[in-house]
Amino acid sequence: MDNYLVAMATFACLYALLALGLNLVWGMAGMINLGLVGFFGFGAYVSALATRRGGAPITAGVLLALVLTAVAGAIMALITARLRGDYLAIITLGFSEVVRLVASNEIWLTNGTDGISGIPGPWRGRVTPETFNLIFLAVAAVVVVLVLAVLQRVRHSPYGRVLRAIRDDDQVAAVAGKHVIRFKVEAFAVSAGVLGVAGALWAHYTSFIAPDVFVPLLTIYIVLALTAGGTGNNWGAVVGAFLVVFFLEGTRFITAVVPGLGAVQVAALREGLIGVSLLVILRLRPSGLLPERLPRVAS
Amino acid sequence: MSVPLDEVAQLVLNGLVAGTMLAVPAIGFTAIYAVLRFPNFSLASHVTIGAFAGYVANAAGGWPAWAAVVVAFVVAGAAGVVTDQVVLRPLRPAGALTTAIGAVALTIVLENVVRFGFGNDLRGYELPIRRDWQWAAVRIGPQQVENLVIAVVAMVAVFAFLAFTRTGKAMRAVADDPTLAGLKGIDAERVARLTNFGAMGLAGVGGVLLGLDTTIDPLTGFRVILSVFAAAVVGGLGSIPGAVVGALTIGVAEELSLLSLAPAYRTAVGFVAILLVLTLRPRGLLGERAY
Repeated sequence: MDNYLVAMATFACLYALLALGLNLVWGMAGMINLGLVGFFGFGAYVSALATRRGGAPITAGVLLALVLTAVAGAIMALITARLRGDYLAIITLGFSEVVRLVASNEIWLTNGTDGISGIPGPWRGRVTPETFNLIFLAVAAVVVVLVLAVLQRVRHSPYGRVLRAIRDDDQVAAVAGKHVIRFKVEAFAVSAGVLGVAGALWAHYTSFIAPDVFVPLLTIYIVLALTAGGTGNNWGAVVGAFLVVFFLEGTRFITAVVPGLGAVQVAALREGLIGVSLLVILRLRPSGLLPERLPRVAS
Repeated sequence: MSVPLDEVAQLVLNGLVAGTMLAVPAIGFTAIYAVLRFPNFSLASHVTIGAFAGYVANAAGGWPAWAAVVVAFVVAGAAGVVTDQVVLRPLRPAGALTTAIGAVALTIVLENVVRFGFGNDLRGYELPIRRDWQWAAVRIGPQQVENLVIAVVAMVAVFAFLAFTRTGKAMRAVADDPTLAGLKGIDAERVARLTNFGAMGLAGVGGVLLGLDTTIDPLTGFRVILSVFAAAVVGGLGSIPGAVVGALTIGVAEELSLLSLAPAYRTAVGFVAILLVLTLRPRGLLGERAY
């Protein structure tokens, strides 16, 4: 039971990283990323390949994942920076599908749908599995705290204020002399980097990745986490991520409540419930549990 | 490297047939964008709903392909109106992107409704097996021709509707300028409902065409959605003739990619096309004018 709780807490930390990454673009800058699972998967594959095939140390793998996903994010933001936000939605959704296609088909590199196993984890094999789980939970928690601290700093800084201005009306921000495209591209790149780090940590934690880990449903989990927690609020992102993990685990008990369903039907019911809850929150409480409170402006 | 001309001709022909079939849901996607100004990703699940509605009519009811097409149009169209009224319309005041997020959640819900009822198994329509026709080195299947005819009839109907009917003109007016259309007494909500019915109906027809061509499962719509986006963006998001031109372009490009890429990458061609068009000509081949 303890192991189960530790594992769930670790997954919640990784979801929190994803929700924080999403909050930087969607919550603060008003840019949408509907393919965040693509950046997550891309980061996971980069770090897994660098360490498993390339023999790089884990920290180097994670850093490489950070840099490469940030570059991928910057390219996509740059291409769509001048267009309506809908184009970014389409292009990110497309990116996540392409990542899955490449991961499934470049068998020489990614081992195809069989996935990559034996991805190293910090001190894995040298300590008991229980200790490894605890170490990893600590690592994930430290990364969450670091990212949270940095993003809180961004939120309260003039930089964060510009992002909010762009979110609320990018023309006004441009008229005020802000280089809107530069801010958009930077924010999107940093956010993508955070998603990539989350992916890399996921790979090193579970030691196994395959294309079907990175399904569009995961994007919905994270959007749900951020919306439930409070779009625009970094603490909300973290709280929302823990709530979503709790909720996901809770839906496992559907089988006990509704007997006589096949495995496929249970899976369908669970996925459907996730979608329904996101729609209900968007409709009834779009500001989430911890609504964004604008930082007070010093007079 | 030399490529036999026959092979290219065959691929172009296949591409034009595939592109014509792709144009049907692409028109739906772009029409909703033109009128309601948001990318309705739930089109994916309406393709699936149409594919399964047609499957029930055809495989269980024993109806011919054309009847399955009509059933799919009505069922998917009705589903589109209901889901929009209940789920997406209340989100629209919150902005296009929030509505787009809602549409992704909606598509996951609907896809799982289909999965709950039909499971994950691949299903095929009941079709007679017929020999391909051949001219010189180029082959075409009777089913391909039938699909082509269905798709062309659907498109002609759309264009005739937009050009000649009062409602079609009202739709174009709303797409052009909602405020001006409102001043002229056009009921925007009614136009929105009709657009949803027609567009999601077309998505459903697209689903049947996929079912006639290959097999279907709950992810059928999701698999084709990237090509649909690509068709709409390449032609110019919001432009209905653009969606047709874009779909033919994507169809041919996807087939020609087989000359140098593995078949699995066909859908990635759409993504590359989106990147290229947005970089070089963001308004698409025909611009954003609806019609």
